[in-house]
Amino acid sequence: MIITLVFLAALLAFFLGWILSRTVNVEPWVADGGTLNDRLPEILTVPRVALAIFLAAVSSLFALSISAYHMRMEFGHDWLAVPSPALLWVNSAILVLGSLALQWSWNAARRDDPVGMRRWLYAGGGLTGAFIIGQALVWRDLNAGGYYMTSNPANAFFYFLTALHVLHLLGGLVAWVRTVHRERKGAPPEAICSAVELCTIYWHYLLVIWFILFALLLTT
Amino acid sequence: MAELGHDATSYAPPREMPEMELPHSHSWWTTYVFSQDAKTIAIQYSVTAISVGVFAMFLSILIRLQLGFPNTFSLIDPSSYLQYVTMHGMIMVVYLLTALFLGGFGNYFIPLMIGARDMAFPYLNMLSFWFYFVSVLVLMASFFVPGGPTGAGWTLYPPQLISEGTPGIHGGVILMMISLGIFIIGFTMGGLNYIVTILQYRTRGMTLMRMPLTIWGIFLATMLALLAFPALLVAALMVLLDHLAGTSFFMPAMFSMGEQLPHEGGSPLLFQHLFWFFGHPEVYIVALPAFGVVSDILATHARRNIFGYRMMVWALVAIGGLSFVVWAHHMFVSGMNPYFGFLFATTTLIIAVPTAIKVYNWVLTLWHGNIRLELPMLFAIGFIFTFINGGMTGLFLGNVTVDVPLADTYFVVGHFHMVMALAPVMTIYAAIYHWYPKITGRMLNETMGKIHFWVTFIGAYAVFLPMHYLGLAGVPRRYFAYGETSPFIGESVITLNSFITVAAVLVAAAQLLFIYNLIRSRKHGKEAGPNPWNATTLEWQTEHTPPTHGNFGKELPVVYRWPYDYSVPGAKHDFIPQNVPPEEVEMADEGAARK
Repeated sequence: MIITLVFLAALLAFFLGWILSRTVNVEPWVADGGTLNDRLPEILTVPRVALAIFLAAVSSLFALSISAYHMRMEFGHDWLAVPSPALLWVNSAILVLGSLALQWSWNAARRDDPVGMRRWLYAGGGLTGAFIIGQALVWRDLNAGGYYMTSNPANAFFYFLTALHVLHLLGGLVAWVRTVHRERKGAPPEAICSAVELCTIYWHYLLVIWFILFALLLTT
Repeated sequence: MAELGHDATSYAPPREMPEMELPHSHSWWTTYVFSQDAKTIAIQYSVTAISVGVFAMFLSILIRLQLGFPNTFSLIDPSSYLQYVTMHGMIMVVYLLTALFLGGFGNYFIPLMIGARDMAFPYLNMLSFWFYFVSVLVLMASFFVPGGPTGAGWTLYPPQLISEGTPGIHGGVILMMISLGIFIIGFTMGGLNYIVTILQYRTRGMTLMRMPLTIWGIFLATMLALLAFPALLVAALMVLLDHLAGTSFFMPAMFSMGEQLPHEGGSPLLFQHLFWFFGHPEVYIVALPAFGVVSDILATHARRNIFGYRMMVWALVAIGGLSFVVWAHHMFVSGMNPYFGFLFATTTLIIAVPTAIKVYNWVLTLWHGNIRLELPMLFAIGFIFTFINGGMTGLFLGNVTVDVPLADTYFVVGHFHMVMALAPVMTIYAAIYHWYPKITGRMLNETMGKIHFWVTFIGAYAVFLPMHYLGLAGVPRRYFAYGETSPFIGESVITLNSFITVAAVLVAAAQLLFIYNLIRSRKHGKEAGPNPWNATTLEWQTEHTPPTHGNFGKELPVVYRWPYDYSVPGAKHDFIPQNVPPEEVEMADEGAARK
């Protein structure tokens, strides 16, 4: 649970700092002629804040899974590490490219370049699909090599964590499909830019999560 | 009159609120069933939660009948008894309390109290309710699968959760886990909405420190829930894998019915850590909104500003933060390192500090107040009693040495029902009596309400107070009958159990009276008018009662003051609504001069 607690402590420290800055030097009982306003800075738009909060909840899910991983390693005495197939490195590279493609798509959207935006958006989706297929191949190879889910907790956690990550990517792909669909139906460029931006941030986030998981699987 | 201008004006300059685009409904289906209006969604949440809560109350009566009059009712056998206990607990904690406080009250009050037209994402909000609804259906379906619902206790501890001998290990457990998964996904959608709406859609002048404490409670509880529910989700997924795929996350090597099970080396303790990492914050997910609601109701009906508003906010934040570092106090008897136990006992007892601040502030709000013992006030004061009572026994159980002999006895049952069942339920009643006039435009019947309060308050004490004695006498919880141990169970225990059962039946009957009151007053209640309690918060200042689609008229209200301007010295009326500018406040002497 240490990992989860460290994550939560960081989150709480940020939240406490923010709350204190908004509440300490305030006299709530004073009525005011002007209309006070302590809304969030303009850069924090509604979708951005929503995404940030969603990512906090997802982080909690992954932090807890990683904590469970460590605790199961400690509590049981039957842990046999899974070999890390070389394909995982290839997959990681594909996921990095997917993230980069979306970043370029977002850059193009901000430059008002619909052709580039579309091209890189499709590339990002395609690369993500390739990553998911790659992960499925890894599972198949491991299974063929006798690393069944049931034979060892390390295997079970390997499948569990990678599947959890793929599930989140699939969720992201739903948003991606919606963005592509809206773009084709001719939604206004600002709306598309915002949607591409959300996808991009989510992809970068899942890339970071993937590296954390990958490092965990490699080192234990 | 309050002074104008203070350093808070150094905030960002006033900015026009962006108008929300509201999804307008065009048919009966989109108005009443797949509605995107937060108020309708709130009512859908509340009706579902209360219905399923009444069902869980009925289960508790079955439990009590068996305990009070063993072997009298053939309907209840040991398996079904355990199933009733499990379903009663799970439904009450997750599907009633969490859903009602956040889904029900959250949806109704957030937009209205902060001066917004609706939630930030109305479509997601609708989806959130339907996920919840489906999760309830899936849970209920477990009564109809072979073997029935799971009977492992609401804490769902493996290995017995999925081992032969526990009722409902086939369909029941699977449906329970799937239902929890759907609930959590649905809640995440709703929770995102609550937080984003509170952060981004407060009307002009509604600074954080001018939000009613109800909103603070819901805001912080939602944060806790978004971070804590994933623990339950991870645990539920792993249990499903252990059960269906044969992995060993939680399942140790075991023999069952003479056969070795496929599992090996799993850790039941890991499940307990995950479960309580969710389970303890869950207590505060329910309690924080209750704290907020009670604060607002006490201030309104005592006609006094809440004592120590800033302290109340910080106490909520402190309780929320601390709730993440106390989970292992549920596991003192799991064989943990004593130093570990000491650490968690310490953090647990520290929570008493912010909690005590809140209790003192509630009592000090009443002090010298112009108390009106209206129905919401009765229940709010009832909450203070039950909460103090449950909190005090929490101090006993928080200490490892006291907890060890009391673990898994009726003392624990008495404690958590006082603090986690009775206290929030008192608040729910207070809130319903308080806001029903706004939601329906009519008052609830006063006589029926008084009967409801006194029978519930005294009756619930008659149920739960003796349980502490039972626990001290060593009576274990979750037992169907005491069988051959009965020579060790004193006569007084048996008499008390019968007494508790009679009291429980009376309390349940009073709740049915309340439901009748809810339904009857909808048509036949006294007209309430827009602001029957002379309250200051924005929901009472809407153009229409009940508020229509979009909540407020053409213009969103502008807020000039905090929500606790009751009995302001010099003012003509004993309340000044939040949207009244300082220059428009009627002063008492001015009024006299005009005459």
